[in-house]
Amino acid sequence: MKILGLDSSGLVASVAVVEDDCLLAEFTVNYKKTHSQTLLPMMEEVKRILEMDLNTLDAIAVASGPGSFTGLRIGSATAKGLGLALGKPLVEVPTLEGLAFNLCGTDRLICPLMDARRGQVYTGAYTFQWIACGESTTLQKGNPEPMKRSAGGWRLETVVSQRAADISDMMDKLNQIGREVIFLGDGVPVFAGRIREELKVGYSFAPANKNRQSAASVATLGGIYYAQGRVVSAAAHQPVYLRMSQAERERAEKEAQS
Amino acid sequence: MDKEKDILILAIESSCDETAAAVVKNGREVLSNVIFSQIDLHTIYGGVVPEIASRKHIEKINQVIEEALSRAGVELCSMDAVAVTYGPGLVGALLVGVSEAKAISFATGIPLIGVHHIEGHISANFIENKDLEPPFICLVASGGHSHLVVVKDYGEYEIIGRTRDDAAGEAFDKVARAIGLGYPGGPKIDRISKEGNPDAIHFPRARVDENEYDFSFSGLKSAVLNYLNACRMKGEEVNTADVAASFQKAVVEVLVEHSLHAVRAYGYDKFAIAGGVASNSSLRAAFEAECRKRKIAFYHPSPVLCTDNAAMIGAAAYYEFRKGVRSGLDLNAVPNLKLGER
Repeated sequence: MKILGLDSSGLVASVAVVEDDCLLAEFTVNYKKTHSQTLLPMMEEVKRILEMDLNTLDAIAVASGPGSFTGLRIGSATAKGLGLALGKPLVEVPTLEGLAFNLCGTDRLICPLMDARRGQVYTGAYTFQWIACGESTTLQKGNPEPMKRSAGGWRLETVVSQRAADISDMMDKLNQIGREVIFLGDGVPVFAGRIREELKVGYSFAPANKNRQSAASVATLGGIYYAQGRVVSAAAHQPVYLRMSQAERERAEKEAQS
Repeated sequence: MDKEKDILILAIESSCDETAAAVVKNGREVLSNVIFSQIDLHTIYGGVVPEIASRKHIEKINQVIEEALSRAGVELCSMDAVAVTYGPGLVGALLVGVSEAKAISFATGIPLIGVHHIEGHISANFIENKDLEPPFICLVASGGHSHLVVVKDYGEYEIIGRTRDDAAGEAFDKVARAIGLGYPGGPKIDRISKEGNPDAIHFPRARVDENEYDFSFSGLKSAVLNYLNACRMKGEEVNTADVAASFQKAVVEVLVEHSLHAVRAYGYDKFAIAGGVASNSSLRAAFEAECRKRKIAFYHPSPVLCTDNAAMIGAAAYYEFRKGVRSGLDLNAVPNLKLGER
């Protein structure tokens, strides 16, 4: 199974190829937000170095939101164009799940924070459930497909579903849950002060090699979802924004007033 | 004459509120022309909302491309180039088409050609007028543009006149809103004007002192608003059809006068119009009459090729293809791209 992963949901542009249990290539740049100019050339470089025939891909996994509206659409249009041209399905990996997967193996609560402007974050809370050796179980809640491995494994579970929220509301939620938290994402430098002031549980920040979007995580998690049959057609895919456009929001507010 | 191989181009256009794809053969033969118009989504907002447009583009783009290939009865792999509008336009909207086209080009190895939206509008004239060849003068008038262009050769343009304020189509939209016709203003004013008296009210025809080919429509728009206001103050009833017809006459007169002045000054015998406003029936009739009088050949695309579409992008891309123009995978959307620049 070979999966091409891509993530352009935030400041990072990232492309990766995962084949079975092996990461063949990852190209991640966190420099300037010019994804429309960098993403395709990065992909071309990965293809060139791997001498890869794109037709050998099984699916394209894309960080499907939330994130920067324009960034998401660059990633989605790229994935849709690849899917259309290659006749391959897409796997939608929610951006926050992809970020959480960077920390696969921790027993702490994981809280990705993406700066959503206007004092808000795109966030959620996730945990990895340890599945002991030999148990017949699943990698994702609600999926009937048993895990065909005799070794133990980790299952990503959602504790707080993805949302656009005020940072304070999220801090309240984490205080209620009462578990130690690892934060990651581009919202961390923006809201570190608020975390220090408002959080009553122990916390840490993920290190530099784990704390931003990674297409390797998107491709790996995408591979798991692909194996579970969680694919969409390239035509049907569109990003999840978690927010209305400003015009729609203002219109809804006006209607609510009248 | 050598029989040259046919050139097939898949073209994509998403610069504003139309998601469009087309397959064009040898620049002048349209095998398919699929347009998904979002106009109903934007009508309640009285104009195009960029974020809503971008969201709709990403939702529809694959269906539109697949439909264009299937209606043309061709496979993607038999295309000689993938062409896409990369400016000017709404940046978020442009990026959908540009990213999609780049991915298709990367995945298939088919060459990519970035096309200027206005070059597309001008080239729409090549599709239905097989005899039309440069040089000629072209008036491009739409909701976002009002340009008087000298088309010196394929892909060689000089803008000699432009609007100083509102685009012609923009003035139509604003006046339509003021007299309660709603969005989009162009077709609505065109329709109701047929019932009105174009000489009922005299609105000013603006001249721009420094450049005889430039346009200005904001003064005209203000004059209409002032007229409506004065009627309201006096408690007089406004005849909407008369206002629309008189406003339209003022716009048409200025466009015709400047355009034909340019044709005369450059000594050409050919003149073309393009863009959304080019489908205005009164404008067409005026140009037809004036050009006949002056023995100037008058060209115009049919209405479906006047609005934003991808067939015109395929037509423009063909001549770029012949010249060997190719875009790289770093092609970006350029919202304020100038005509003739690359």
